Amino acid sequence: MKQVNFIVRENVPIAADTWKLVLEGDCSAISGSGQFVQLSIPGVFLRRPFSVSDVQDGLLTIVYKVVGKGTRYMTALKEGDSVDTITGLGKGFHPQKTGRKALLIGGSVGTAPLLLLARELLAAGKEVEVALGFNTATLVFYKEEFEKLGLKVHLATVDGTAGLKGVVTEAIAPARGYDYYYCCGSKIMMKAVAAYLDTPGEFSMEERMGCGTGICYGCSIQTNNGPARVCADGPVFAKEDMIW
Amino acid sequence: MVRDISTSVCGIKFRNPIIPASGTFGFGLEMADSMDLNLLGGISLKGTTAEPRYGNPTPRIAECEGGMLNSVGLQNPGIDRLTGEIVPSLRKVYGGVVIANISGFSEQEYALCCEKAAACEGIDMIELNISCPNVHGGGLAFGTDPRCAARVTAAARKAAGHKKLCVKLSPNVTDIVEIARACEAEGADALTLINTLLGMRINIATRKPVLANTTGGFSGRAIFPVALRMVWQVAHACSVPVIGCGGVGTAEDVIEMMMAGASAVQVGSENLRDPFCCPRIAAELPAVMERLGIEKLTEIIGTV
Repeated sequence: MKQVNFIVRENVPIAADTWKLVLEGDCSAISGSGQFVQLSIPGVFLRRPFSVSDVQDGLLTIVYKVVGKGTRYMTALKEGDSVDTITGLGKGFHPQKTGRKALLIGGSVGTAPLLLLARELLAAGKEVEVALGFNTATLVFYKEEFEKLGLKVHLATVDGTAGLKGVVTEAIAPARGYDYYYCCGSKIMMKAVAAYLDTPGEFSMEERMGCGTGICYGCSIQTNNGPARVCADGPVFAKEDMIW
Repeated sequence: MVRDISTSVCGIKFRNPIIPASGTFGFGLEMADSMDLNLLGGISLKGTTAEPRYGNPTPRIAECEGGMLNSVGLQNPGIDRLTGEIVPSLRKVYGGVVIANISGFSEQEYALCCEKAAACEGIDMIELNISCPNVHGGGLAFGTDPRCAARVTAAARKAAGHKKLCVKLSPNVTDIVEIARACEAEGADALTLINTLLGMRINIATRKPVLANTTGGFSGRAIFPVALRMVWQVAHACSVPVIGCGGVGTAEDVIEMMMAGASAVQVGSENLRDPFCCPRIAAELPAVMERLGIEKLTEIIGTV
């Protein structure tokens, strides 16, 4: 955990209500994919947690969906602005758990942390396939980014305006040969994935947070290992630990 | 000139007046890898009950202008793990004042926890939480009636033996002085005030309360004037020392709280926004004192 003043390099919409924020600064506290950062946003009391979407060459990328006051204020950030950030938070994905091939499953803005994970898996010599689910075509992002890494991407939208018509399990169905999966999305989507797949895997959970640093116990969930703080004991939990 | 930022509360020495408030700094150990805990005058540990508790369902956190609400509901591993594992581990890395915050659902539970805390060598002071707004039939129920507050204080005083006993008061009362006097009469060595104010938010899109528990404790910068007023009232009405708490976020706030009558100051929600705020506030104190012509922090206590 480290407090860093990042400098905004880019803050642009990449899909409907979905923005990409690129920050420059000390990324050394971030140990891998699935971790998150807490941004201080002028005008709101608590920091806002965002998963690390990518880290490359001293640039930290996050993807955020505009859902409330805090994220609305974030859209006003301009190149050169300073953002007080706590980085390197939480316990992330475990790429080493993949034997030969991984399936990455993203639901809506939950797709964001899977990009860095894909890079890590590829660097470790694993094969990767991607299944993404969105509500509608205008919300889709990162499909090309995954394809640029040479990955096969299965896409589903609820209204059928892009890819297969249906929820994310439609996108999962054609994927083949994976021995482990990584999933990030809404709780209802992840619960459906857990029920749909017998393969072992892990989930990145979301919960309303207070501190994000493990000291307030505001985001605790019940797991098969007892109460766990999503921010500090997670956000990534093994499938077998989850109580849906 | 070297500015003296040390203080003391009922005979217990603090290297500086800054104490992370109970519930906003876990059990201290959570931050041990990220900061030097010894920069903190004291640590008030998360509220502990006789048995382990998960607490309330999520969402447990809501936000508002200038502050936040929580309904964590006393999640804790129970008094036996606190005294047997957590405090001994904390003691290996922390030499300041360790304050065990004790909560309960009956006088017997408070007494049992105080007895166990009193037997734990690493604990310097017991803070009796009779003001938690987030559990039914416990906490706040004891802190809003002077007779109940007196009874639970008397039971805790007896169980706490030689350990210093501080009672943490609720602002959700008509007359906090009456409660404070009742606790003082039954042997409280000090008083901490205030705990959170009972509050609520509604999500107007879903037409449902934001918190799963419907109501929660309101804290943060916005409550500072309420806390300051109550510290001032109680400090002038009681002879035991007061630990000020509520909305503190800067070194200036600490000075103001002490002028109102606080001997030491707890920092709460600000830790959630900035986990490094307590050492920062302590480090900023000497410069603020210099600007205001204060040589020794204790000289300003209750001067207003």
